[in-house]
Amino acid sequence: MSQQSRSQQIRKFLTFGAIPLSIFLAVLVYPFAQGLFLTFTNWNGFKYTKLAGFENYTKSFRDPTFWATLGFTLKFVLVSVILVNAVAFGLALLVTSKLKSSNIFRTFFFIPNLIGGVVLGVIWQFIFNTAITAIARKFNIPFFQDSWLNDTNKAFWALIIVTIWQSSGYMMIIYITGLISIEQDVIEAAKVDGASPLRMLTAIKIPLMAQAFTISLFLTMRAGFMAYDVNLALTGGGPYRTTELISMHIFQEAFAFGHFGTGQAQAVLMFFMVAIAALIQVRISKRLEVQQ
Amino acid sequence: MNNPSKRRSISKKVIFGLGLFLSVSYVAPFLLVLLNSVKPKFDILANPLGWPVNFTWDNFQEALRKMNFFRSLVNSIIITTFSVSVLIIFSSMLAYYLARTKNKFTKTTFLILVASMIVPFQALMIPFMSIFAQFVSINNRIALIFFYQGFGVALSTFLYHGFISKIPAEIDEAAAMDGANDFTIFWRIVFPMLRPVTATVAIVNSLWIWNDFLLPRLVLTPETQTLPLSTYLFYGQYSTQYGQAMAGLLLAVLPIIIFYLVLQRQFISGISTGAVK
Repeated sequence: MSQQSRSQQIRKFLTFGAIPLSIFLAVLVYPFAQGLFLTFTNWNGFKYTKLAGFENYTKSFRDPTFWATLGFTLKFVLVSVILVNAVAFGLALLVTSKLKSSNIFRTFFFIPNLIGGVVLGVIWQFIFNTAITAIARKFNIPFFQDSWLNDTNKAFWALIIVTIWQSSGYMMIIYITGLISIEQDVIEAAKVDGASPLRMLTAIKIPLMAQAFTISLFLTMRAGFMAYDVNLALTGGGPYRTTELISMHIFQEAFAFGHFGTGQAQAVLMFFMVAIAALIQVRISKRLEVQQ
Repeated sequence: MNNPSKRRSISKKVIFGLGLFLSVSYVAPFLLVLLNSVKPKFDILANPLGWPVNFTWDNFQEALRKMNFFRSLVNSIIITTFSVSVLIIFSSMLAYYLARTKNKFTKTTFLILVASMIVPFQALMIPFMSIFAQFVSINNRIALIFFYQGFGVALSTFLYHGFISKIPAEIDEAAAMDGANDFTIFWRIVFPMLRPVTATVAIVNSLWIWNDFLLPRLVLTPETQTLPLSTYLFYGQYSTQYGQAMAGLLLAVLPIIIFYLVLQRQFISGISTGAVK
């Protein structure tokens, strides 16, 4: 490419880059930077009068409900990442197994993903609170007679079930793309050598589509940390704020209780958790990809 | 020689059976909603799985009115269409600039854009509302569309950037020789070649914006609320009117499911290129 002169470069910037980048700065970068700064002040949502050091952070760490939320969130992220990906990979294998009906199956598996978490959450709230309990009473099945959403432990699994149902279709698409990208020659060669289906899966298919796992694990992990809609619509954090994921906790802290400083400090902590977890995960996955 | 093929046909049947079972379970919640949306309340409580005996359309009439269905639908359509169109214009132009002008500034900017994708909205939600309160109070729909530009530009630019980098720069240079200016070169020559990515950008962003809840909840008022918001509020108020609640939920999911079934192929290919990039 021929070298552009300085004035040409500036003209290009003004024509193509200036507006979108200014909006990006105003909407994302500035509020993020200000949010970071405000955690070190005594901000009350409108103004601040003095710097407060790490007070907002130490206050958060002294709050037992914040620790409970952190624990619940980490458990949710771990379990949902494992199960969503296991189910999604299973679905992808099923859909790529050369059935005539696989396109229709794929269509069905993807449908929940089209609908927002809030609407999905209230549909399942009806299922757990009303439909299942009504059936359980009719057929006298004690395990389902009380709504799962009234029990912290069962509500956790309700959240997991809805999350799997919601996002496995999307991750399935990523795994399908990975499976399709494997060259047919390699598979044929392995078949000729007499590889069993299981060995074919673990020794050939999975290593050759490692990138799909990197992407999908990253996306599910990020979604797990950020989950809000399903949480709000399904359990609303109840019973007694025991099923609040970190996102909802931050929202409540700031907008329901007016603790803007600590709420924002927890939001910053959440950002670092996502960033660190993502870096570690991508680094490990990339190393596994390279080894192959 | 007969045995392996027989075994294969049995395993095919097992896989088919499993697929059928899973497909039914994935759509079962929607079928349950559909089934109960045409039943009176007491039939739902008596047997949520039963076939509708006392068939009724009343639930739909009530739900349409109470959740202001058509107003919310129009709001959703306006906000999604405008946000996505402007996003396509801005992000394709920005990606063109970043891909074609190589200097320290564009390289750093691109890295910052990519890194910003990891920032969760929650991390800036609280100061966000105090910074933009005034803007929101003037016109909350325009404010929301503006916000979506800021939150959507990184991923969309990233998608366009990958594609534009593969288009040879000689094409632009030849057009420049013929005396076309930058703007014309981009819109007349480059942009039409970006159609596959534009489809991906449009689908990925439409799904996200159509279903978004947290940001509209903070920004919009009852008159401008979108479908997910009005559905949530309606369900909160009338959740014990089971029939009406089910009708409302069905109305809420119907538009996007119809859209998906019509444009299925584009959806799937758009999602897969968008995610794998």
